[in-house]
Amino acid sequence: MGMTITEKILCNHTKHREVRPGMIINARVDIALGNDITAPIAISEFRKAGGKKVFNRSKVVLVADHFTPNKDISSAMQTKTVRDFAREQRLEHYYEGGDAGVEHALLPEKGIVLPGDLVIGADSHTCTYGALGAFSTGVGSTDLAAAMMTGEVWLRVPESMKIVYHGKLQKWISGKDLILDLIGRIGVYGALYKSLEFTGSTVAKLTMADRLTMANMAIEAGGKSGIFPPDEVTRVYVEERAKRKFVFYESDPDARYAEVIDIDVSKIEPQVSFPSLPSNARGVSKAGKVKIDQVVIGSCTNGRIEDLRVAAKILKGKKAAPYVRLIIIPATPLIYKTAMDEGLFDIFLKANALISPPTCGPCLGGHMGILAEGERAVATTNRNFVGRMGHTGSEVYLASPAVAAASAVLGRIGGPAELK
Amino acid sequence: MKYRGNVWKFGDNIDTDAIIPARYLNTSDPKALAAQCMKDADPDFAKKMKAGDIIVAGVNFGCGSSREHAPIAIKAVGLSCVVARTFARIFFRNAFNMGLPIFESDELWAKVKNGDEIEIDTDKGEIRILSRKGKPVTFKPVAPFLQQLVASGGLMADVKARKAKAKKSSRA
Repeated sequence: MGMTITEKILCNHTKHREVRPGMIINARVDIALGNDITAPIAISEFRKAGGKKVFNRSKVVLVADHFTPNKDISSAMQTKTVRDFAREQRLEHYYEGGDAGVEHALLPEKGIVLPGDLVIGADSHTCTYGALGAFSTGVGSTDLAAAMMTGEVWLRVPESMKIVYHGKLQKWISGKDLILDLIGRIGVYGALYKSLEFTGSTVAKLTMADRLTMANMAIEAGGKSGIFPPDEVTRVYVEERAKRKFVFYESDPDARYAEVIDIDVSKIEPQVSFPSLPSNARGVSKAGKVKIDQVVIGSCTNGRIEDLRVAAKILKGKKAAPYVRLIIIPATPLIYKTAMDEGLFDIFLKANALISPPTCGPCLGGHMGILAEGERAVATTNRNFVGRMGHTGSEVYLASPAVAAASAVLGRIGGPAELK
Repeated sequence: MKYRGNVWKFGDNIDTDAIIPARYLNTSDPKALAAQCMKDADPDFAKKMKAGDIIVAGVNFGCGSSREHAPIAIKAVGLSCVVARTFARIFFRNAFNMGLPIFESDELWAKVKNGDEIEIDTDKGEIRILSRKGKPVTFKPVAPFLQQLVASGGLMADVKARKAKAKKSSRA
């Protein structure tokens, strides 16, 4: 019997000749990732267990991106712990300050994660790299500590759920709309413990940016991972970045799926997820009159150059509505520079936007745009839980860069079609 | 092994931002995290709860972030364990890795009330609601691999033991 792409990648990182859903395996790790919040615990556990040297100084990646630029003394102390460890271990990949970007935008951009890899990260959105055809999943700090010591991770082989997209995308529809729509359909635990495999004729037309956005939010449906079978789009993206070999895997025709969901994308309109679960998705035409105080365009979900270009297209010659704070956060230094070179910053600044250095910042209510009680934000981020971006009495509405930019101009939730 | 304590009942999809809000993650000190445990679900939780108490929650407990600060806060505040209908997967593995006992019971949630005293008997695989009469409910058996992880004292203790064993056998 055949295996899915996920089962094949997992299998090839073990001694087994075959793996099946439900099996618990010890798998070799190609990349183990941590950030300024999760790495300090991993470093402490690593040392407590007698760890002296990481298993491979090229395969442990640490990125200071959550509370950076350090927002207070405690955050600075945490980042210092990570920096000192990176220096002591002579890690090839440590990113902070002007080198650092939002980790899940940075690692694919730099070619650190590649197709066929097995990646773990002490950050729930590590599932992003499934866009490249890698198995990639979020774990905890103790898992990271163990992987830093042994180069291995324990995993339960997940069942796979196949999503088959077909039909033509409407104008302004992006990967963000597709994934919010899917989470709306299956719920926040609709893919619990499972791997989401994105396939179908529409997928070939999705850009790498769209795929990264979709795989990024697999966790928001409870998924262990999300994965796109690698194709020509993958090859073009990876070939100019890879500095080591990579492998394209594909599912066997007789691979088994726990569920197959067929989706006609031609009926999907721009989506908005209402508070306080990503699954509260609805079409923007059914949003009603929701006045807003802030718009955030950025994050590991939607802070890539393609996202900023869409926002610029909508914001060109327009201004954010009075009393609406528009915060734009290019996710990496390269994205920042590209946006500046392309003249997007001029458009943003004329639209009264604030341009932030790369950081996770407001997405998790860290800094750089915290909400007061009663305030509402439209954000291109990934979570709208109670208190996610600030006060427990504030609200976050998730949407694409197109809807976020249009909403900033309108001063209420709305789609680009409403702008003249 | 038995866990006995009073129940704090929560609903579905209790996320890690509710268990330990990100604004408190500029430290990993267990005591500091414990003081903010469950803050955004119940602001006074850390003050009201007593050592040994048990959280009983609905589906998808611990969804959201990978932050291990969540099970650390729950353990450090003195809760003895968590029983949920289902757990989000990263929270699930974090709990086993760092030694917070958790149990999956689909039945308990509907039967138990806030404040009830319950007893979890891991040998028998059942949970009794001591505050009232009725049959005990079951919980999902823990996979042998995870039982071993718990027995050896968590993932790092297990890694340490395996390393020592490998060293010994390489010498032999």
